[in-house]
Amino acid sequence: MTLSIFLIVSAALFCIGLLAALSRRHAIFILIGIEMMLAAANINFIAFWRFAPPTAQPTGVMVAIFSIAIAAAEAAVGLAMVIAVYRHFRTTNVDQLNQLKG
Amino acid sequence: MNTIAFTIVAIFTLTFALAAATNPRLMHAALSFAVMFLAIAASFFLLGAEFVGLVQVFVYVGAVAVLIVFTILLTRRDAEKARGFNWSGVVIAIAVFAGLVWAIMKSASVSVAPSVIKALTVKQIGVALMGSYVWPLLCVGVLLTAALIGALILVIEDKRQ
Repeated sequence: MTLSIFLIVSAALFCIGLLAALSRRHAIFILIGIEMMLAAANINFIAFWRFAPPTAQPTGVMVAIFSIAIAAAEAAVGLAMVIAVYRHFRTTNVDQLNQLKG
Repeated sequence: MNTIAFTIVAIFTLTFALAAATNPRLMHAALSFAVMFLAIAASFFLLGAEFVGLVQVFVYVGAVAVLIVFTILLTRRDAEKARGFNWSGVVIAIAVFAGLVWAIMKSASVSVAPSVIKALTVKQIGVALMGSYVWPLLCVGVLLTAALIGALILVIEDKRQ
Protein backbone atom coordinates (compact mmCIF):
# COMPACT_ATOMS: atom_id res chain seq x y z
CA MET A 1 0.00 0.00 0.00
CA THR A 2 2.16 2.84 -1.23
CA LEU A 3 1.47 6.26 -2.63
CA SER A 4 2.19 5.14 -6.20
CA ILE A 5 -0.96 2.95 -6.28
CA PHE A 6 -3.13 5.98 -5.58
CA LEU A 7 -1.24 8.01 -8.17
CA ILE A 8 -1.75 5.31 -10.81
CA VAL A 9 -5.50 5.04 -10.06
CA SER A 10 -5.90 8.81 -10.29
CA ALA A 11 -3.84 8.89 -13.50
CA ALA A 12 -6.19 6.27 -14.97
CA LEU A 13 -9.20 8.33 -13.87
CA PHE A 14 -7.65 11.45 -15.41
CA CYS A 15 -7.12 9.65 -18.71
CA ILE A 16 -10.69 8.33 -18.77
CA GLY A 17 -11.86 11.90 -18.24
CA LEU A 18 -9.56 13.06 -21.04
CA LEU A 19 -11.03 10.33 -23.26
CA ALA A 20 -14.56 11.53 -22.48
CA ALA A 21 -13.66 15.16 -23.10
CA LEU A 22 -11.90 14.43 -26.39
CA SER A 23 -14.04 11.79 -28.03
CA ARG A 24 -17.64 12.49 -26.99
CA ARG A 25 -19.62 14.87 -29.16
CA HIS A 26 -22.34 15.69 -26.66
CA ALA A 27 -21.53 18.88 -24.76
CA ILE A 28 -22.72 17.50 -21.40
CA PHE A 29 -20.28 14.63 -21.62
CA ILE A 30 -17.37 16.94 -22.29
CA LEU A 31 -18.31 18.59 -18.97
CA ILE A 32 -18.50 15.16 -17.30
CA GLY A 33 -14.99 14.41 -18.56
CA ILE A 34 -13.71 17.68 -17.09
CA GLU A 35 -15.35 16.82 -13.75
CA MET A 36 -13.61 13.43 -13.80
CA MET A 37 -10.24 15.08 -14.36
CA LEU A 38 -10.87 17.44 -11.43
CA ALA A 39 -11.83 14.47 -9.22
CA ALA A 40 -8.58 12.73 -10.18
CA ALA A 41 -6.67 15.83 -9.07
CA ASN A 42 -8.60 15.76 -5.76
CA ILE A 43 -7.58 12.14 -5.16
CA ASN A 44 -3.97 13.18 -5.69
CA PHE A 45 -4.27 16.04 -3.19
CA ILE A 46 -5.77 13.81 -0.51
CA ALA A 47 -3.27 10.99 -1.15
CA PHE A 48 -0.28 13.34 -0.93
CA TRP A 49 -1.69 14.83 2.28
CA ARG A 50 -2.13 11.35 3.78
CA PHE A 51 1.32 10.09 2.84
CA ALA A 52 3.30 13.23 3.66
CA PRO A 53 4.70 13.81 7.14
CA PRO A 54 2.11 15.49 9.40
CA THR A 55 1.93 19.25 9.27
CA ALA A 56 0.21 21.85 11.42
CA GLN A 57 -2.32 22.77 8.74
CA PRO A 58 -4.22 20.13 6.71
CA THR A 59 -3.27 21.83 3.44
CA GLY A 60 -4.14 18.97 1.08
CA VAL A 61 -7.63 18.64 2.53
CA MET A 62 -8.17 22.41 2.28
CA VAL A 63 -7.12 22.50 -1.38
CA ALA A 64 -9.45 19.57 -2.11
CA ILE A 65 -12.40 21.36 -0.46
CA PHE A 66 -11.76 24.56 -2.42
CA SER A 67 -11.34 22.55 -5.61
CA ILE A 68 -14.73 20.84 -5.06
CA ALA A 69 -16.38 24.26 -4.60
CA ILE A 70 -14.80 25.62 -7.78
CA ALA A 71 -15.75 22.47 -9.71
CA ALA A 72 -19.37 22.95 -8.62
CA ALA A 73 -19.32 26.55 -9.89
CA GLU A 74 -17.80 25.36 -13.18
CA ALA A 75 -20.47 22.69 -13.59
CA ALA A 76 -23.29 25.19 -12.98
CA VAL A 77 -21.97 27.69 -15.53
CA GLY A 78 -21.13 24.95 -18.04
CA LEU A 79 -24.58 23.36 -17.90
CA ALA A 80 -26.21 26.80 -18.18
CA MET A 81 -24.13 27.37 -21.31
CA VAL A 82 -25.26 24.00 -22.70
CA ILE A 83 -28.91 25.03 -22.20
CA ALA A 84 -28.32 28.46 -23.76
CA VAL A 85 -26.58 26.89 -26.77
CA TYR A 86 -29.39 24.36 -27.13
CA ARG A 87 -32.00 27.16 -27.16
CA HIS A 88 -30.10 29.02 -29.84
CA PHE A 89 -28.94 26.22 -32.16
CA ARG A 90 -31.33 23.38 -31.23
CA THR A 91 -28.41 21.02 -30.82
CA THR A 92 -25.91 19.95 -28.19
CA ASN A 93 -23.55 18.28 -30.62
CA VAL A 94 -20.34 20.26 -30.43
CA ASP A 95 -19.36 19.27 -33.98
CA GLN A 96 -22.27 21.34 -35.32
CA LEU A 97 -21.30 24.48 -33.41
CA ASN A 98 -18.96 25.74 -36.09
CA GLN A 99 -20.23 29.26 -36.74
CA LEU A 100 -16.84 30.80 -36.00
CA LYS A 101 -14.94 28.35 -38.18
CA GLY A 102 -12.73 30.19 -40.64
CA MET B 1 -5.35 1.22 5.30
CA ASN B 2 -7.05 -1.82 3.91
CA THR B 3 -5.58 -2.97 0.61
CA ILE B 4 -8.51 -5.20 -0.37
CA ALA B 5 -11.03 -2.44 0.31
CA PHE B 6 -9.01 0.01 -1.72
CA THR B 7 -8.69 -2.45 -4.60
CA ILE B 8 -12.47 -2.92 -4.71
CA VAL B 9 -13.05 0.85 -4.53
CA ALA B 10 -10.50 1.50 -7.28
CA ILE B 11 -12.09 -1.13 -9.55
CA PHE B 12 -15.52 0.42 -8.95
CA THR B 13 -14.23 3.93 -9.64
CA LEU B 14 -12.53 3.04 -12.90
CA THR B 15 -15.35 0.78 -14.16
CA PHE B 16 -18.03 3.39 -13.62
CA ALA B 17 -15.80 6.15 -14.98
CA LEU B 18 -15.30 4.13 -18.15
CA ALA B 19 -19.05 3.47 -18.32
CA ALA B 20 -19.78 7.19 -17.93
CA ALA B 21 -17.23 8.06 -20.60
CA THR B 22 -18.33 5.55 -23.23
CA ASN B 23 -22.02 4.71 -22.72
CA PRO B 24 -23.99 6.20 -25.63
CA ARG B 25 -27.20 6.38 -23.58
CA LEU B 26 -27.17 9.67 -21.76
CA MET B 27 -29.15 8.76 -18.66
CA HIS B 28 -27.17 5.58 -18.03
CA ALA B 29 -23.94 7.51 -18.36
CA ALA B 30 -25.17 10.14 -15.89
CA LEU B 31 -26.06 7.39 -13.40
CA SER B 32 -22.59 5.85 -13.79
CA PHE B 33 -21.15 9.33 -13.17
CA ALA B 34 -23.00 9.55 -9.83
CA VAL B 35 -21.89 6.05 -8.77
CA MET B 36 -18.32 6.91 -9.74
CA PHE B 37 -18.38 9.89 -7.36
CA LEU B 38 -19.70 7.66 -4.58
CA ALA B 39 -16.72 5.35 -5.15
CA ILE B 40 -14.31 8.30 -5.10
CA ALA B 41 -15.86 9.42 -1.80
CA ALA B 42 -15.27 5.88 -0.48
CA SER B 43 -11.60 6.16 -1.36
CA PHE B 44 -11.49 9.50 0.52
CA PHE B 45 -12.96 7.71 3.54
CA LEU B 46 -10.24 5.05 3.25
CA LEU B 47 -7.59 7.77 3.12
CA GLY B 48 -8.86 9.33 6.34
CA ALA B 49 -10.40 12.49 4.87
CA GLU B 50 -13.99 11.81 5.94
CA PHE B 51 -15.12 15.42 5.67
CA VAL B 52 -13.97 15.73 2.06
CA GLY B 53 -15.72 12.46 1.25
CA LEU B 54 -18.97 13.74 2.71
CA VAL B 55 -18.65 17.07 0.88
CA GLN B 56 -17.99 15.13 -2.32
CA VAL B 57 -21.20 13.09 -1.85
CA PHE B 58 -23.28 16.19 -1.03
CA VAL B 59 -21.94 18.34 -3.85
CA TYR B 60 -21.54 15.81 -6.67
CA VAL B 61 -24.11 13.10 -6.06
CA GLY B 62 -26.59 15.53 -4.52
CA ALA B 63 -26.23 18.61 -6.70
CA VAL B 64 -24.12 18.18 -9.83
CA ALA B 65 -25.60 14.81 -10.84
CA VAL B 66 -29.14 16.21 -10.47
CA LEU B 67 -28.11 19.28 -12.49
CA ILE B 68 -26.74 17.02 -15.24
CA VAL B 69 -29.92 14.92 -15.31
CA PHE B 70 -32.03 18.08 -15.57
CA THR B 71 -29.89 19.37 -18.42
CA ILE B 72 -30.18 16.04 -20.25
CA LEU B 73 -33.97 16.13 -19.85
CA LEU B 74 -34.18 19.75 -21.01
CA THR B 75 -32.10 19.06 -24.11
CA ARG B 76 -33.58 15.68 -24.87
CA ARG B 77 -34.73 16.31 -28.40
CA ASP B 78 -31.56 15.41 -30.14
CA ALA B 79 -29.88 12.35 -28.76
CA GLU B 80 -26.28 11.83 -29.60
CA LYS B 81 -26.58 11.16 -33.28
CA ALA B 82 -22.94 10.75 -34.06
CA ARG B 83 -22.47 7.45 -32.27
CA GLY B 84 -19.14 6.95 -33.98
CA PHE B 85 -16.33 7.18 -31.52
CA ASN B 86 -13.46 9.55 -32.11
CA TRP B 87 -10.55 7.12 -31.98
CA SER B 88 -7.87 9.80 -31.91
CA GLY B 89 -9.14 10.66 -28.39
CA VAL B 90 -8.51 7.05 -27.31
CA VAL B 91 -4.98 7.15 -28.69
CA ILE B 92 -4.22 10.45 -26.94
CA ALA B 93 -5.67 9.22 -23.64
CA ILE B 94 -3.62 6.00 -23.74
CA ALA B 95 -0.47 7.96 -24.61
CA VAL B 96 -1.04 10.37 -21.69
CA PHE B 97 -1.70 7.44 -19.34
CA ALA B 98 1.50 5.70 -20.45
CA GLY B 99 3.47 8.90 -19.87
CA LEU B 100 2.00 9.42 -16.41
CA VAL B 101 2.59 5.80 -15.34
CA TRP B 102 6.16 6.00 -16.64
CA ALA B 103 6.76 9.18 -14.61
CA ILE B 104 5.23 7.63 -11.45
CA MET B 105 7.31 4.47 -11.83
CA LYS B 106 10.52 6.40 -12.43
CA SER B 107 10.26 8.56 -9.32
CA ALA B 108 11.48 6.71 -6.23
CA SER B 109 10.05 9.19 -3.74
CA VAL B 110 6.40 8.16 -4.26
CA SER B 111 6.78 4.55 -3.09
CA VAL B 112 6.39 5.47 0.57
CA ALA B 113 4.17 3.98 3.24
CA PRO B 114 1.42 6.15 4.78
CA SER B 115 2.59 8.27 7.67
CA VAL B 116 0.99 8.06 11.07
CA ILE B 117 -1.31 11.05 11.47
CA LYS B 118 -3.90 12.03 13.97
CA ALA B 119 -7.52 11.84 12.87
CA LEU B 120 -8.60 15.03 11.16
CA THR B 121 -11.65 16.41 12.95
CA VAL B 122 -14.22 18.78 11.50
CA LYS B 123 -13.30 21.24 14.24
CA GLN B 124 -9.72 21.36 12.98
CA ILE B 125 -10.95 21.97 9.43
CA GLY B 126 -13.27 24.72 10.66
CA VAL B 127 -10.51 26.42 12.63
CA ALA B 128 -8.21 26.28 9.61
CA LEU B 129 -10.95 27.63 7.30
CA MET B 130 -11.69 30.53 9.62
CA GLY B 131 -8.04 31.11 10.48
CA SER B 132 -5.30 30.93 7.89
CA TYR B 133 -7.63 30.10 4.96
CA VAL B 134 -10.16 32.86 5.51
CA TRP B 135 -9.20 34.87 2.40
CA PRO B 136 -9.45 31.88 0.05
CA LEU B 137 -12.79 31.07 1.69
CA LEU B 138 -14.12 34.57 1.00
CA CYS B 139 -12.82 34.46 -2.57
CA VAL B 140 -14.56 31.10 -3.16
CA GLY B 141 -17.77 32.60 -1.74
CA VAL B 142 -17.58 35.53 -4.16
CA LEU B 143 -16.75 33.15 -7.02
CA LEU B 144 -19.71 30.89 -6.25
CA THR B 145 -22.09 33.86 -6.03
CA ALA B 146 -20.82 35.28 -9.31
CA ALA B 147 -20.96 31.88 -11.02
CA LEU B 148 -24.53 31.16 -9.90
CA ILE B 149 -25.77 34.64 -10.87
CA GLY B 150 -23.99 34.22 -14.21
CA ALA B 151 -25.61 30.81 -14.75
CA LEU B 152 -29.03 32.30 -14.01
CA ILE B 153 -28.48 35.19 -16.44
CA LEU B 154 -27.34 32.73 -19.13
CA VAL B 155 -30.52 30.69 -18.97
CA ILE B 156 -33.08 33.48 -18.43
CA GLU B 157 -35.26 33.71 -21.51
CA ASP B 158 -35.34 37.04 -23.29
CA LYS B 159 -39.02 38.04 -23.25
CA ARG B 160 -38.62 41.16 -25.36
CA GLN B 161 -38.49 39.38 -28.68
